[in-house]
Amino acid sequence: MNLEPSSKSNLITNALGDLGFFIRRNITGLGYAARMFFLVLMRSGGLLKRPRLVSDQILFVGNYSFVIITVSGLFVGFVLGLQGYYTLTRYGSEQALGLLVALSLTRELGPVITALLFAGRAGTSLTAEIGLMKAGEQLSAMEMMAVDPLRRVIAPRLWAGIIAMPILATIFTAVGVLGGYLVGVPLIGVDSGAFWSQMQGGVDLFDDIANGFIKSIVFGVAVTFIALYQGYESKPTPEGVSQATTRTVVLSSLAVLALDFLLTAMMFSN
Amino acid sequence: MKKSAIDIWVGLFVTIGMLAMLFLALKVGNMSAVSFAPTYTVSARFDNIGGLKPRAPVKSAGVVVGRIASIQFDDTTYQATVTMTIEKAYQFPKDSSAKILTSGLLGEQYIGLEAGGDEQMLADGGKITQTQSAIVLENLISQFLYNKAADTGQDKGDTKSGTK
Repeated sequence: MNLEPSSKSNLITNALGDLGFFIRRNITGLGYAARMFFLVLMRSGGLLKRPRLVSDQILFVGNYSFVIITVSGLFVGFVLGLQGYYTLTRYGSEQALGLLVALSLTRELGPVITALLFAGRAGTSLTAEIGLMKAGEQLSAMEMMAVDPLRRVIAPRLWAGIIAMPILATIFTAVGVLGGYLVGVPLIGVDSGAFWSQMQGGVDLFDDIANGFIKSIVFGVAVTFIALYQGYESKPTPEGVSQATTRTVVLSSLAVLALDFLLTAMMFSN
Repeated sequence: MKKSAIDIWVGLFVTIGMLAMLFLALKVGNMSAVSFAPTYTVSARFDNIGGLKPRAPVKSAGVVVGRIASIQFDDTTYQATVTMTIEKAYQFPKDSSAKILTSGLLGEQYIGLEAGGDEQMLADGGKITQTQSAIVLENLISQFLYNKAADTGQDKGDTKSGTK
């Protein structure tokens, strides 16, 4: 290969080199992440003996996200009620408002918006916490004392996220349906009986509710793991932690939306 | 925060989650319609099932007595074989007839069972022989147009197949 230091070929080889480095770094990162994920899963057996570690973290990622999830769910339900009524009334089928609100919440909006909020509320704090632990060399100190940080720090947080996320999504969906009811029935005046019976006629326990639940579990794994990985691999500087926190939000939002498309295509296609 | 306080808060959180799930299953979903009563299977052949789907209700006199288990295409008779599960509590005579009906103008399609007069009852794996296919709107319209055309043809008295 000709690697003469002429300015033009330098530019091209530099660009090529940058591209190669970029790709190599990303694939390496993916490999590291997959390896860490399986290591964490393999080392979480000890949590059965100490479930307190997980429940402490559920308080941290679950309970503290409760208020934002409930309030957002209520308002999303309100808006769905208003907008749905506006569209449905053009076709004279405003009785189907309950069905519209319930289907859109159970199938899509419940899991997806909860996961996005969860990434912003719980994911960032996980990344910052782990990143600061790393910057303060607490993780290294643990290793020095023969305490495995994956086992003691990462695994409980991952499981707490996996448990808390479906619960939050379920609460979001339920509160959203109630919000749609509040706007649809007392405020606008859709018939209450038609609202509920159309909903119950159209929403299937397995096709809609169970699939939405599976979605929320998958999102819980993705968001929590991305947050933990970014924290664990962050540069141990204040700057590095702030960059990792930003990456957590960006990457987990993208991952949630992409996974949502894949899961929807798989579940609801037939 | 003390350990016991953490436990109480986490327990409360999980309880609220379960209540929300219960609300979704019972009030939003059709959990109340899922019945675990013993059933028996009956099949019927239709020339055209229209938009009938698995898990659609089987009704008699408007009351749900069962659900459609599966729909298959039979390539020897070129008909659709619809298998339905009916609750054991409801027995139907052997010569009952099955129709594919639509709830409302554009609603979902379901199977309506009409009891016959036979003394023997349908057994598990039995077949309903008298069936009526779904009404296809296009066929209905073309039939109507042909009739109309035939009528105008007769009124004029000159041609039988007048197309005006």
